[in-house]
Amino acid sequence: MSSSSQVTESWISSFCGLLGHEYFAEVSEDFIEDDFNLTGLQSQVPMYKEALEMILDVEPEDDDDEEEEEEEDEEDDEILGDERPTAYRRASDRRHLRIASDLSVIESSAELLYGLIHQRYITSRPGIQQMAEKYELQHFGTCPRVHCNSTKVLPVGLKDSPGHETVKLFCPSCLDVYTPPNSRFQTVDGAFFGTTFPSLFFMTFTDLDIGSGIRNNPSSTAQALLQIQTETTKGTSTTPANVTSINGVAPHNLAPGIGAGNIYGPRIYGFRVSERAKSGPRMKWLRMKPADVTELDETRRYWENPPDDADRPHDDDLNMVDVAEGKSVDSRKKISARRKRTNGSGNGGGSPMDTNGVGAAG
Amino acid sequence: MSDAGQGVAASPRDPVREKVRELVPGIERLSLTYGAMDDFNSETDSDYTSYWRDWFISSRGNEYFCEIDEEYLTDRFNLTGLNTEVQYYQYALDLVTDVFDFDCDDDMREQIEKSARHLYGLVHARYIVTTRGLAKMLEKFKKSDFGKCPRVMCDSQPLLPMGQSDMANSSPVKLYCARCEDLYNPKSSRHAIIDGAYFGTSFHNILFQVYPIMLPPKTQRRYEPRVFGFKVHSAAALARWQADEREKLKDRLRGARIESGFEEDEAEAEEEDDDEEMEGDGFEGATVQQ
Ligand SMILES: [Zn+2]
Ligand SMILES: [Zn+2]
Repeated sequence: MSSSSQVTESWISSFCGLLGHEYFAEVSEDFIEDDFNLTGLQSQVPMYKEALEMILDVEPEDDDDEEEEEEEDEEDDEILGDERPTAYRRASDRRHLRIASDLSVIESSAELLYGLIHQRYITSRPGIQQMAEKYELQHFGTCPRVHCNSTKVLPVGLKDSPGHETVKLFCPSCLDVYTPPNSRFQTVDGAFFGTTFPSLFFMTFTDLDIGSGIRNNPSSTAQALLQIQTETTKGTSTTPANVTSINGVAPHNLAPGIGAGNIYGPRIYGFRVSERAKSGPRMKWLRMKPADVTELDETRRYWENPPDDADRPHDDDLNMVDVAEGKSVDSRKKISARRKRTNGSGNGGGSPMDTNGVGAAG
Repeated sequence: MSDAGQGVAASPRDPVREKVRELVPGIERLSLTYGAMDDFNSETDSDYTSYWRDWFISSRGNEYFCEIDEEYLTDRFNLTGLNTEVQYYQYALDLVTDVFDFDCDDDMREQIEKSARHLYGLVHARYIVTTRGLAKMLEKFKKSDFGKCPRVMCDSQPLLPMGQSDMANSSPVKLYCARCEDLYNPKSSRHAIIDGAYFGTSFHNILFQVYPIMLPPKTQRRYEPRVFGFKVHSAAALARWQADEREKLKDRLRGARIESGFEEDEAEAEEEDDDEEMEGDGFEGATVQQ
């Protein structure tokens, strides 16, 4: 139920308003009230029921009552809530009813439960949409890497189970993860965002132009200077212009922050430090990318150089590169058409990604 | 240094206060002593203590700078060419070396103050590539005064400040990580406005040439984007291509009998690469390589 007219803030919005909780989306009550979305969480969260009630600002009628009855009361509240707003008392109102220690256990259980629901919510259609709005508003900040030129980042967990790592930030321009700049995020569990969210996000919103900031404004004259100094191959992507997708990603969205021109090359007094020096560069590979990204079509590459070409599959089956229609080779037509259909459907219906239950299954 | 909240606006007379504060913890409670120190702190007392430089390097926002030796500053040879780079050069130099006694209005004083900071920065770029300067910056590096690499796989590797240009006013200071060999923006906006030329393009590389022992082992560990447990195919294909490039580098180094500098235990860790992968634009092509 939406208690928009309520004066008091809901538990969820006050949780999301806490310092350090800026990355969280407000999970809709609809999502939480759908039991399917909570599958398996009961065993992970102590005082699950109380925690869930706290999150939903549901007040059991009588505190001394047993579980069963509370369940019923909840049901009643659900139905009559709007007409009978007094039935919903704020969690804070009932604080005095519980012993303090109990309450703090419930409070932290509620946070854990909310986090775990949140992990699932942000991979559901409404959740990912809400995160997209936060992304646009730059709520998650930008990549600290100079050559990523302030690419907007997304929160990510390195683990899906809680208690391991704090939240990190994923940058789509360099495909790397970073520690949030502010220490207040170092108390936020990464599992509350999960491992799937950022990659699913960019698969879903394929129309986002990740690298626009990198292509359009060399952040300073020095950078422009530097680019002239460095490899002359700067920006010279030799990817054929008609390639619209490589391994499922538009070439301009494939790690736009790396590749020639975006790799730091150490110099001393203007002279490049040789790779043969003990302190010479060893990590350029981490930020390299082929000038022609179709090189990354491994399937095709493999079969173009077959060790023994006995059972080379049909072209249709090994092509991971999409070309724009028009002058296309006919064997590719079918694939392009098929992609057309699925492209962008991640936003809306029909995609297996948008079911609320996907997260719950994991 | 102690950046415990002294504003940049603090006057150059403050260094004594700060020195005292450093030497005698809790001095502020002893208001009498403190008052006495204030009296002592008159502008003419500048023969031995480096008031201005102390003030400068302990000001909030100037944590990246080390203190330039008096000796270095007073050797004209080290300042060659800077007189044309800095307005009110002589006054600025006097201020930096605490021999400033020009009676002027506040506006002028402010101009000179600004020039002094610029001069200090330009000399700093030269000083930190001297033996003494390198040693001082090394100490700051060891204390992570320049921050730590934000990249998760770099395990909090301390950073070094650097400029993308040696010319003043071209771009602000950046931070270099010797583990991933990449450049990062300072976290704090008060550092993001410092001119990169005050550190220059060479210093951080020279430091590791002079102190190769400080070179961190390179790591091959990397983040693998995943969706519901599956590696994202586009990212994984790129990572494999990059791994090929890395192996080519290692071969070249082996050929030249040069240590690669990579962490040992990792070589085999990345062989277990045959997880299933997922294609980017939908799930219809959850392609399994091989
Ligand atoms: Zn990045
Ligand atoms: Zn690093």
